[in-house]
Amino acid sequence: MSILSLKSVSKSFGALTVTDDANFEVPQGQALGIIGPNGAGKSTLFNLITGNIGADRGSIHFEGRDVTKVSAMERCLSGIGRSFQIPQPFEKLTVYENLLVAATHGRNLSERDVRDDCADVLERTELIQHANVPAGQLSLLERKRLELSRAMATQPKLLLLDEIAGGLTEGECQALIRTIKDIHAQGVTIIWIEHVLHALTSVVERLLVLDFGKVIGLGDPEEIMASREVREIYLGIEV
Amino acid sequence: MAYSVTTQTPASRIAALLGAILIIVLLVLPFFAGRGTIQDMFFILTMLVLAQFWNLLAGYGGLVSIGQQAFVGMGAYALFGAVILWGLDPVPSILLAGVAALIIAVPTAFFAFRLNGAYFAIGTWVIAEVVRLLVAQWKTLGGGTGTSLPRDATRDMWFVEVIENTLGVRSAAARDILAYWLALTLALATIGGIYWLLRTRRGLALAAVRDNTEAAKSVGVDAGRMKWIVFLTSAFGTGLAGGLIYMQKARISPDAAFSVTDWTAYVIFIVVIGGIGTIEGPIIGVLVFFALQSLLADFGSWYLMTLGVLAIIIMLVAPRGLWGLLSERTGLHLFPIRRRLSGGKLNLSKE
Repeated sequence: MSILSLKSVSKSFGALTVTDDANFEVPQGQALGIIGPNGAGKSTLFNLITGNIGADRGSIHFEGRDVTKVSAMERCLSGIGRSFQIPQPFEKLTVYENLLVAATHGRNLSERDVRDDCADVLERTELIQHANVPAGQLSLLERKRLELSRAMATQPKLLLLDEIAGGLTEGECQALIRTIKDIHAQGVTIIWIEHVLHALTSVVERLLVLDFGKVIGLGDPEEIMASREVREIYLGIEV
Repeated sequence: MAYSVTTQTPASRIAALLGAILIIVLLVLPFFAGRGTIQDMFFILTMLVLAQFWNLLAGYGGLVSIGQQAFVGMGAYALFGAVILWGLDPVPSILLAGVAALIIAVPTAFFAFRLNGAYFAIGTWVIAEVVRLLVAQWKTLGGGTGTSLPRDATRDMWFVEVIENTLGVRSAAARDILAYWLALTLALATIGGIYWLLRTRRGLALAAVRDNTEAAKSVGVDAGRMKWIVFLTSAFGTGLAGGLIYMQKARISPDAAFSVTDWTAYVIFIVVIGGIGTIEGPIIGVLVFFALQSLLADFGSWYLMTLGVLAIIIMLVAPRGLWGLLSERTGLHLFPIRRRLSGGKLNLSKE
């Protein structure tokens, strides 16, 4: 059964079509990678799935339920978690409090009930030593980890990751891959937008290629990467 | 080792003790202070209540309203209406003042929440002006010129006789003491209530919405509901303060009760000077404001200009206000809300 399905989803900003008739399904428990050049509409696709922006046409189903008109807040409560491409921390709150907001509201539990879960997430993402630091004081890398941690704190069934590996050293990248594989192994469905292809392909089972808002390829990562179309698009920026 | 969370700090425990002593001193103040002091303290406490609620709105909720005078005026007029038209006692009518402010807050929010930032600010001001103009049409309550509370209503007010007999003061002084104690109760309940709110998970949600609304929605925070809660709470508290202020004045007019200068501009000054987004800020701010007013009261418009210049200087030099400056230098928090994680794998020395 597919956990997420998009049917003919389109979105335009003025004359610019950023998502053009997107049709695809994500089976329960799968890890799907999304690649495409800058401006292809990858982050917009995420915003449509999470409800941060509304679709002009088409429908989005999550766990069989039509969520096209459902708010971002409710989609989070039903199990969709996300990280933002440009980190969006709650700057005046500490790292731990950032996770507390997500855990208490995203799971509708008391602060006491989620304390150990939040600490556990911070241990796994190696932010535990920064737990009491205001998020506004974090470095870019730490902010990216906070994005991942905060999304994990809501214990999503579907986790959307938006370029969290960019700018990491090889060692840091390997640590991140381990963390994501670990989350995936627990049965969480993952959709991951990433330019760092070797990180992406070491985790995902399927790859989706976007260009000018259109899905131009979807399938086995090796076959997709070998296709001429993708090679043309990625020529020069392949890692 | 298991994890634990604390909000208290050694400094905050000392502050709590000193605060308890201060509250006791304030409670027994009428037994040894003169009538002038009691009136000054009434002014300080009611302005503090207005400032705390504006701070809750703007500093925590991100809702910069310049229409709070709508709730002061509406509360005050509701109290006068309840006393004059229904013959109720002024003291319980204060509650009606809060309810009346709450009632007009619902349509106000409905319109104003369609606006953001500066548009929201102007929108609230416009709505307050509309309410003032409507109330000025209310002929039974004096129309545009206003009216006074009936003499027998103020003379026979609840508790006044008890205070007269216990403290051995005249009726007018007893009324001031009653108003002072009510103001003290309201101020303590306000500060206590806001502090409690900020320490709950709704307080966390409020801070999250203030810092980043889109991200807050994405982690399951109901941003719209938080705005409503904050706006309605502020309106109710501001209405209570408005009722109380005009119960003490015993005389009302639309221009005074809906004054944008008295009930919003001064209040913003207090919060900005003291430090927006903190509970301590408005307390510091109201003391500075009162000191300036006492010093410069005889200088007319120079007084207002001094306030303006001072506000500009503070905004440029210390955007987080006097308390922000102090708290940054010393790390001091009298009302700590930060949840500090400790234990487990957390190495405290590395913070």
